[in-house]
Amino acid sequence: MDGAAPLFRMEGISKRYGGVRALEKADLTVTAGSIHAILGENGAGKSTLIKIMAGVVAPDEGAMTLDGSEVSFASPAAANQAGIVCIFQELSLIPELSVADNIVISDPPKRFGMIDRKAQRRIAEEALARAGASDIHPRALVKDLPLSRRQMVEIAKALARKPRILILDEATSALTAADVARVFEVLKRLRSEGLALLYISHRMNEIAELADHCTVFRNGRNVASYKAGTKSDNEVVELMIGREYRHIFPPKSASAQAATPVLEARNLSWADRLDNISLGVRAGEVVGLGGLDGQGQRELLLAFFGVLRGLRGEVLIDGKPVSIASPRAASDSGVGMALIPEDRKTEGLMLPMTVRENLSFAALDRLSKGGIIDRAAEQRLIDDMVGLLAIKTAGLDIPVGALSGGNQQKVVIAKWLMRQPRIILLNDPTRGIDVGTKQEIYQLMRKLADQGAAILFYSTDYDELIGCCDRVLVLYDGSVKRELVGAEITEHALIASALNIHGEGAGQSQGAGA
Amino acid sequence: MKDWRYLMAEQRGTLLALGIFIVMFIIYTTNHPAGFTANVVQTAANKGVLLAFVAMAQTLVVITAGIDLSVGMILLLTNCLASWLVVGTPFETTLGVIAVLLAGLVCGAINGAIVIYGRLQPIVATIATGAVYYGIGLLLRPFPGGSVNEDLADALTGKLFDVIPTSLVALLVVVLVVWVPFSRSVFGRAAYAAGSSETAAYMSGVPIRRGKFFAYMLAGLLASIGGLFLTFFTYTGEAAYASGNAYTLFSIAAVVLGGVSLFGGKGSAIGAIFGALAFRTIGDLLFVFDFDPLWQPLFQGVILLIAVSLGAFALFRVRNRLEWFL
Repeated sequence: MDGAAPLFRMEGISKRYGGVRALEKADLTVTAGSIHAILGENGAGKSTLIKIMAGVVAPDEGAMTLDGSEVSFASPAAANQAGIVCIFQELSLIPELSVADNIVISDPPKRFGMIDRKAQRRIAEEALARAGASDIHPRALVKDLPLSRRQMVEIAKALARKPRILILDEATSALTAADVARVFEVLKRLRSEGLALLYISHRMNEIAELADHCTVFRNGRNVASYKAGTKSDNEVVELMIGREYRHIFPPKSASAQAATPVLEARNLSWADRLDNISLGVRAGEVVGLGGLDGQGQRELLLAFFGVLRGLRGEVLIDGKPVSIASPRAASDSGVGMALIPEDRKTEGLMLPMTVRENLSFAALDRLSKGGIIDRAAEQRLIDDMVGLLAIKTAGLDIPVGALSGGNQQKVVIAKWLMRQPRIILLNDPTRGIDVGTKQEIYQLMRKLADQGAAILFYSTDYDELIGCCDRVLVLYDGSVKRELVGAEITEHALIASALNIHGEGAGQSQGAGA
Repeated sequence: MKDWRYLMAEQRGTLLALGIFIVMFIIYTTNHPAGFTANVVQTAANKGVLLAFVAMAQTLVVITAGIDLSVGMILLLTNCLASWLVVGTPFETTLGVIAVLLAGLVCGAINGAIVIYGRLQPIVATIATGAVYYGIGLLLRPFPGGSVNEDLADALTGKLFDVIPTSLVALLVVVLVVWVPFSRSVFGRAAYAAGSSETAAYMSGVPIRRGKFFAYMLAGLLASIGGLFLTFFTYTGEAAYASGNAYTLFSIAAVVLGGVSLFGGKGSAIGAIFGALAFRTIGDLLFVFDFDPLWQPLFQGVILLIAVSLGAFALFRVRNRLEWFL
C-alpha cells in the first residue's frame, strides 16, 4: 500500500489532433499494488492518455518511464510485451472467432508450428475462471454473446496476457450489477497480487469502492491528484468542471407553451437499451438530451426516426399515435421529421458526390415531377439554403468531402431543412467542428424553434445543453433519470445527474451535501 | 456435453453444403442411366475436383474479406505451363510438377503483395494480375497443344482398387497438407481475424499482413494444383479465356454455397469443396433428365439462387435497421 518506487510514470505528455489539443503536458504516476482512478468529463483527455500508454497513438512530446527506464511503444503489441494491457471501451474482440480463439489471439500456444487447441482451451478456461466468468463457454462465438458477456471475455483476454499494468476504460459500462460485483472481486485480488490498475469510470460509487488514488483531468491536463476518500463528490464535480463559460449562445425566447406536444413518446422501450422513456416536445421548444455518452440517447433518436424494429410503447405526432417504419416514413410530409446524424461522414453525406447532389437527396420527391428533377426549383432552394446557412464552398459542383468539417455539417443540416421539417432531431451535431460554426448552428437552432419547429437535441457538450435548451432530459442506462427546466440547467446539475449521484428517488446512498 | 452443439454451430455452413451436395448427388445418380457405379462417381469426381481446388483457393482469400478474380487465370497459366514441363522421365516430370506449383505460389504472392503492401482493392488488383497471367498463358500456348506424362495423368485420374476415384484421394491429401495446417496456424487465425474485424485484430497485436499474405500465396498454390489436374484430364494445355473466367465466377458461387461469408472471417475450405461438388452436380442434373442443354444456364442459375438464399434468413432477425448495412 505504501508508495514505493513508481512502476510507471508519464511526464509532460502532449498530443494534438489536427488543431485540437487533446493532452497538454499531462503527468501520471502509477504504483504497483494499487488501483488508480482517472476522472474527467467527456473529452477531458482520458482516452488519449490511455491510448498513449497502450501504444495505440504516439505522443507529440513527453516521456514515459517503466521501472525507471525510458520506454516508447510503436504498437499495441509492443505495449503488451512490456506488460501494459488495456481493455478498451470499443471492444477489441473479433466477432467471428470463438471465445477461446479471442482470449489467446495475441500469443496462441503452439505445438509443431500449429495452434495447440487443447492448450488454448485450457488457457481460456483458466482466464475465464480468473475473470469470474466461467459460465461462458470457450467455444461460443463472440458475436453470439450479449454485450455484458463480451465485456467479461475482454477482461479474461487481458488477464491471459499476464499484465503488470491493467487499464480498464469504462470496462463496467456494459455489465450487469452481478457482473460488476464479480469484476470488483477480481480487481481487488489482482491488486493484492501486485498489479497496478488504472480504472476509468464515470460511476462515482464504483470509484469510491475501488480506488486507492484518484487523478482528475480537465481540458487535457491533470488538475488534481488525491488519495481516495479525501474529497466529497461535490468537490470532485467542481474539479471536473472549472472552466470559463463562453457567451456564444443566442438568447432563449420565452417559450409560449402550445397545448399538445408535436412529438411525444409514451413508455418507449427497445431491446435492453431503452427503458420506459416518456417525453414530449412542443412546437417552438428546444429539448436537450443529456447524460454520459452511450446511455441510449442515440437509440432514442433512431427509434423516433423509424430505424429500430421491435419497439415497445407509443410514439405520438400531434397527439395521434403513429407507427413510423422507416426514415422515409419519418420524413414524410404527414410527420415532417428530420434527423441530423452523429456521423456525418457515413450517415449524413455521400462524400465523393457534389454539394448540389448531397443537398437535394432528402428532398428529391419535392423537387421532381414524374420522376424528373426540376432543375430550376432545385437551384432556387439550394441557393436559399446556401444563403441561410452561409455555407462556404468553392461551388456547388465540387465533392462535399472537400469542404471543411463545419461546412460539411452545415450541408447535412441544410439537406434536411430543404424539406422544411416540423420536428428536428439532432445527434451531437457540433462534434469536431470549429467554434464559429458551432455558434452559427446554435443561432440556427433557436431561429428554427422560433419559426415553430420542435427540436430534440442530443449533445455530449454540457455548455451547449445549458446555452441552447429550454429543457434537458438526462438519460442514464436507457431511461430518463431527471428533467431539468430553465434555470435548473446548470453544469453542476447536469454532471451530477449524469453520474446518477444525488439520485432523485433512486436511493440516497450517496451522502454528498450540496 | 454441450461441446458438440458448438461444434455443430461452427460447422453449420459446411454441413449445409454437404447436405445440398448429398441431395443433389442422390437425385443425379438415381436418375443416371448407369446408376450409382464406380465409373459414374469417377467422372463426377474428376469434374468436381477441378472446381474444388479453385474454390479452396478462393476461400483462402475470401476469408480475409478479399476476393481473387485471378484464380481462374492462374489455373489456365499453370495448365499451359504443365503442358510444357510435366513430361519425360519420372525425374523430369517431378521437376516439372514442382515448377508448376512454384509458379502458382509466385502468382499468389504477387497478388498478396499488391493487395497488402500496395494497398490496392483486391477486386481491381486481381482483375489486372489475372489479365497478366492469362497473357503469359497465351504466349506459352498460342494454340491448344502440348502433352503430359500420361502414366502420371492416368494414375491421378483413375480409380484406386477399382473403386475410389484417385482425384478425390488427391483432394483429401491437399486438404490435409495445405488447408488443415493453414487453418490451425497463427497465420490462418490472423487471416480470419483480419477478415472479421481488421481494427480489433490490429488492436490485439495479430500479424495481419503476414496472415493475409499467406492466404493469397496459398490460394495461388491451390489454383496451380487445379491447373495440374486440368492438364491430367485433358492431356493438353489451352489458354481458353472463357473457361478461365467461368472457373473464377463458379469458384465464388461454390464458396458462397459452401457457407463462406463474402464479408470475410467465416467459413472453411471444406465447405467450399462441398459447395463446388454441389455446384457441379447441379450443372450435370440436366443431362440425366434429358432436358435441352440450352436450359442449363437458366436452370443452374435458379438452383444457385435458391441455395444462396438459405443463408440470408438471419436478416429477418435484425432489430436495428442500420445493421442491414454493416
